[in-house]
Amino acid sequence: MTAPILQTRGLTMRFGGVIAVNGVDFSLQEAELRCLIGPNGAGKSTFFKCLTGQLRPSHGDVLFRGHSIAGSQSHAIARHGVGIKTQVPSVFDGLSVRENVWLAAARVNPGRLADTMTDAALQRVGIGAIAGRMVGQLAHGQRQLVELAMVVAPEPDLILLDEPAAGMTDDEVDRLVDLIKELNKRHALVVVEHDMQFIRRVARTVTVFHQGAILVEGDVADILVDARVRDVYLGRQAA
Amino acid sequence: MSRLLPVLGNIAVLVAGLAALFGLPAFAETYVIINATIFASFAILALSLALIWGYAGILCFGQAAFFGLGGYTYAVAAINFGDTTGAAALAVALPALFAALLGYFMFWGRISDVYLGVITLTVSLILYRFVNQTAGEQWNIGEAPLGGFNGIPSTPILNWPGRPGEQLAPENIFSLAAGLLILVYFGCKALLATRFGRVVVAIRENEARVALLGYDTRRYKLAIFVVGGAVAGLSGLMFANSVFVSPTMFSLPVSGQIIIWVIIGGLGTLIGPVIGCILMQVLTNWLGTLNQVPGFGWVDPNLVLGVILMVFVLLVPKGLMALAADAVRWVVRNLPFPRRGKVPEGRKGDVRSASATGSHLESVHTSPFRRFAPPSPSGGRKSSA
Repeated sequence: MTAPILQTRGLTMRFGGVIAVNGVDFSLQEAELRCLIGPNGAGKSTFFKCLTGQLRPSHGDVLFRGHSIAGSQSHAIARHGVGIKTQVPSVFDGLSVRENVWLAAARVNPGRLADTMTDAALQRVGIGAIAGRMVGQLAHGQRQLVELAMVVAPEPDLILLDEPAAGMTDDEVDRLVDLIKELNKRHALVVVEHDMQFIRRVARTVTVFHQGAILVEGDVADILVDARVRDVYLGRQAA
Repeated sequence: MSRLLPVLGNIAVLVAGLAALFGLPAFAETYVIINATIFASFAILALSLALIWGYAGILCFGQAAFFGLGGYTYAVAAINFGDTTGAAALAVALPALFAALLGYFMFWGRISDVYLGVITLTVSLILYRFVNQTAGEQWNIGEAPLGGFNGIPSTPILNWPGRPGEQLAPENIFSLAAGLLILVYFGCKALLATRFGRVVVAIRENEARVALLGYDTRRYKLAIFVVGGAVAGLSGLMFANSVFVSPTMFSLPVSGQIIIWVIIGGLGTLIGPVIGCILMQVLTNWLGTLNQVPGFGWVDPNLVLGVILMVFVLLVPKGLMALAADAVRWVVRNLPFPRRGKVPEGRKGDVRSASATGSHLESVHTSPFRRFAPPSPSGGRKSSA
């Protein structure tokens, strides 16, 4: 077994008296695809924010390929090769779709190469036709795709996707599923999603969050029939 | 056509600038030329805030601090050096350095927008208070007396480089100020078109996302803030050469005025604040003469300017440039004859080309990005949270 690309040890995030993430030990292998599920408030998004430096963890450590990145600045973590699509699309509303993606590509590539990579990312996500539009005028699903293209363009080694399918049409979801599978050939991914249909289509291993901690982790087929998982989603106390 | 419009806009600005640069000294009287020099130096000051507030989203409430520093640095250095060339360079360098120092603490300390405004305002007021009380010999720097609230009436006029004692004539000072204004304007445009400029605009749009892409936003904000400080210093230098330096350069009315020019001209444009600045200066001068007219003695220029600001904030929050663009679009839409490429009734219009045309009209002077972040009534910028 090779070294994990991402590992957390006892990761804890406390807001006053609320413990949003509680001692999470999480491990992701190179080029692995992991789905993260759990009811609202389970701590999934907070977990992502701790990984990307948007929040400084109260306790515990985050290791990216063996290096501790806990408490580092967002830009420093991104430079290690971590890309994130946030839950609410975080894009540049006043700029064109192309400009949005170019800014992502231009961070890692100078000049002409950035233009080439921008075109490639637009093509890959399938938004080449709306490249000239202002992002602020787009529908929610399209904005999701724009942010996805921004994440994909610099080719990060680890991609974090927080509810990527929300607000998308069926066609867009189909494209997203293909894209995730294609990305997974070269990149490690963690995908947070509520849509179980979607999870079934992309997932192999699933981690279930509940009340800030990992409830259970395992093969997608086992997880989706697990009684405890069903209980936490239906709001009953986990056994 | 779509690529042509911004180019046409640039050409129009250049032609207007060059016409003023060469036309005015040939025909106008000296007092008009001196007034025009003051306008040009203020317009450079307007550009400095247009750049850092309109494009980088940094609302600096104390831009007057760099303006005053530039003026005083020039006056003190010129009196001591004898030759003004080095003093002029210092007048740009020192405010830039001061902006670097101030910016370092603000941006590395992750000060939020509102507090940034408060800190910059406070800094300018501290400088104002300080310079105001520098009367007396103990405040001489070398041979230059700071002069307290009187300022330095003996502020030397620029001499030709390398020829101390050979002062520039008022026409030359005007040409220099107007030339620098044109240079700074196109310099800002060029800067915004670079990768650096595009990242800076992205920070205004969504700073957290820029950081998540791997850019260290603090460095970019500091760099553009320093550019803004240097440009404000340059405008202080030209102001010192058209009037003389005094503590009012640091004062709250000056800081406030710059913000008013930007709001009235149009936040997020470069030409807007320049036009706003010149219009407001002309208006202020005219209002100042109005109380000589019988029956108009009660008119207070500041009161009128305050009313104008309120009207703009409430009714034209995007400023004159956006208003002009809207007017052009309205005229084009209501032309009586059929236009080329008009979409027939019943067929769904091509949304893309329609919106593209619209944005081009608006972005004639705002390249490379179209966005007019409407200032909120409090004058704050859009929260990037």
